[in-house]
Parts: sequence; C-alpha cells; structure tokens
Amino acid sequence: MNKVYPDAKSALEGLTFDGMTVMSGGFGLCGIPEHLIVALRDSGAKDLTVISNNCGVDDFGMGLLLQTRQIKKMLSSYVGENEIFEKQYLGGELEIEFNPQGTLAERIRAGGAGIPAFFTKTGYGTLIAEGKETRQFNGEWYVMETGLVADLSIVKAWKGDKEGNLIYRNTARNFNPMMATAGRKCVVEVEELVEVGELDPDRIHTPGIFVDRIIKGTNYEKRIERRTTRKKE
Amino acid sequence: MALTREELAMRAAQELRDGFYVNLGIGIPTLVANYIPKGMEIVLQSENGMLGMGPFPYEGEEDPDLVNAGKQTITALPGSSFFSSADSFGMIRGGHIDLSILGAMEVSEEGDLANWMIPGVMVKGMGGAMDLVAGVRRVVVVMEHCNKKGESKLLHKCKLPLTGKGCVDLIITDIAVFEVPGDGTGLKLIELAPGVTVDEVKSKTKATMTVSPQLREIALA
Repeated sequence: MNKVYPDAKSALEGLTFDGMTVMSGGFGLCGIPEHLIVALRDSGAKDLTVISNNCGVDDFGMGLLLQTRQIKKMLSSYVGENEIFEKQYLGGELEIEFNPQGTLAERIRAGGAGIPAFFTKTGYGTLIAEGKETRQFNGEWYVMETGLVADLSIVKAWKGDKEGNLIYRNTARNFNPMMATAGRKCVVEVEELVEVGELDPDRIHTPGIFVDRIIKGTNYEKRIERRTTRKKE
Repeated sequence: MALTREELAMRAAQELRDGFYVNLGIGIPTLVANYIPKGMEIVLQSENGMLGMGPFPYEGEEDPDLVNAGKQTITALPGSSFFSSADSFGMIRGGHIDLSILGAMEVSEEGDLANWMIPGVMVKGMGGAMDLVAGVRRVVVVMEHCNKKGESKLLHKCKLPLTGKGCVDLIITDIAVFEVPGDGTGLKLIELAPGVTVDEVKSKTKATMTVSPQLREIALA
C-alpha cells in the first residue's frame, strides 16, 4: 500500500469528475490545502459542490475556483471575505447553502462517523430550520440536521507519516480532522512528511485509516488574512 | 451623550465574572478583552478552535497557523488549548461557555436576534453566531441603538432573518442598557448613558419597554 504521491496534481489523478462534491479544510485562509486547491482547479472538474467553512479570498484558496466558475454550489457558514462570491451569488450564478458553523462541523463529523442525522438547538425558529424536522426533547426544541459525506475531501495537516497519520498545528486544525473522515477519498497535504514510526502514536490527531493519499507540499504561502500585531513596549 | 465604541466595550466588560469562559464576537465585542478587570481570570474562546486566546503577536512574530475567529493573528497563553471545530462547537452547543458578547442588526422585545443577512443585499453568512446564541448560557448584545438611517434597531419583531429566537439576555446600546425578561412585558430599561433621558430612549425605541424602578446611569469607571 503506497499512499505517498509526488505532488498535488498526481495525488488528485483519477479522483476528480464533473458534478462531484468536495470538502476542503480550513478556516478563512488558515489551514487550507493550498496546493490541492490549485490542483483541483487545474483538474478542470466543474459543477462542483464545495463544502468549506469559507470560500477563500478572490485570488487565493477556494476563491480561485470561483474565478474559473468551477463551483456550482457552496455549503459554508461565512463568505464575507470574498467579493466574487457575493457577485456570483446575487447574480444567480452560484448556489449557497448557509450552515451555522457548528452545525456544519457536526454534520461533517456525523457523516464521517456513519451517523445519518442528529438534532441540534442551533437555528430553531430561523430560516435554517425551514423544511426540516423539529422535535422536542426535555422541553426544548431541536432541528434535525443530516450528516455530510463527499466524493473527495482535501485536507491540510502540519505533519504526517507515510501511513497517513496526521498532526495539525494550532488553529490550522479547524475543519480538517472531520473532513478527513467524511470523504469517500481523502487526500492530504503536509508540510513535513516523515517515515512510519517517527510520530508518537499518542500525539496523532487523525489516524491514517482515513487517509488515502498524501503529499508533501513545498513553498507554502500560508497567507495571513488579517495581520494584527502589537508593538514591543 | 452616546457612548463611544470603547465605552460600550467597558460597559460590556462589567458582565464578566471571575472564572468565566467567554466568546467575544467581531467588532466592538472584541474590544471587551481590553477591559477585563485586573485580577479577574477570564478564558477567551475562539470558535475556530482555541481556548485561552492571548493578545496580538509582536510585529514579526505573526503565525499564519494561529488566528482568531475574526481571522486576526493572535497568540496563545500558558494553559491555552487547540481543538477541532467540532469540539469547539461541542463546547458551545453543550452549554460549557458562560457568556457570549456579540453585535446585532436588530433585536426584538422578546430577545430575538438578527445579525447575519439582509436578503438581496448582503450575504455573508452566520458563521458561528447561530450556534453561540443557541448554546451559550448568557447572551449579551452590544450595538448602536439606531441604524445608519437613524431607525431603531430595537423592534417589536425583527424584520431581518433571525439568528436566534428569544436568545438575548441583555442589550447594551450607546444610549441605554436593557434586560430582556422574555415574558411578554418587553424590554426592561435598567441603565441610561450619561445625559440621556428616558424620553429620549423611548422616542428612539420601536419596541415595547418598561422602566426599571432601579434605573441608574451607566457606570464607566
């Protein structure tokens, strides 16, 4: 079993097709699989349904696939950083299904764990609950939300081994661990790829069972969306 | 005199209690972190996956892997922890966060909140706001009393799509503070900004309101 591929392009070969559903990790631009996003764009696959908390910015991250109009529909919680998005959406070219962020995270977790649906308080009495089953438990109302799976999930981790065991770094973890579990195929990019046995089993965030292919990314841009600092006193 | 953004944050900071786990929204709520009373231990949660949010990094020490929910570069503190978005919203939805302070476009007299979209005009999304108002134990709204057109943001019923129903506990505006009993009696005016009268608040408020017998001036120490 070889999970290691030489680059992002080869790692997506045979896994992309028109009309597919793709999950892409990251929060804003933090922890996005920047090389696999470019490879997905270059694959030319279109009419994509993309499940991603945000949609990048106009010229980086998932925003790149908006430019090329490869995305038909987004499932996201917040897209306020992206002007192309707003334009395409208000112009009727792009569908969006807004999900509350926690509901989105849990739907992906549930999908990956074989749970078809769950009940949450979030969104009860709002647009989000329209058309969904509601039920009362212990006197409180809950909305039924369904689990999500995708044809492909693309994930960014900090460190991984050749078996696909992954470790994330700081807040770049975000949606990546759940998405790794919820793709029928999961392709991962890491900054450091090590031999099997080099990672402490007690420190692994995502076990390799969830990972089909892995690449070592190079020349990470890791763009910062809002650089905020303080001066040394 | 209407409160400034800083003064609004100062007043909101009075809702903090020692030992609280707190989530602060984007904008004025973020400024509340600057007014945590000395000696009080507060753990700030950032819903993208962090507890124990520290200050902005020094110039040159920014880490692209370390941002808050507003995508700003931040730092960790001794005792900080990182986790996935699923765990993060597990702690929010599960009622483990004590206080959420966030902004609003509209609040109704029964504590309904709208802050995520204007149909046909603005589509940004709710982010984590719907989960926060549904799951956090106490929800405090900080906002300007009137919108840019000078219309009351406090209403009998929200016109915009809701973020949450009956979820707001306290409203701090630039001219007044209201409790939300949520029992059909409307908003309860409990504090006034310095120099603001009850009549002025009434004239600027398009929601049913009562005046607390203990009405006092907002203390800005």
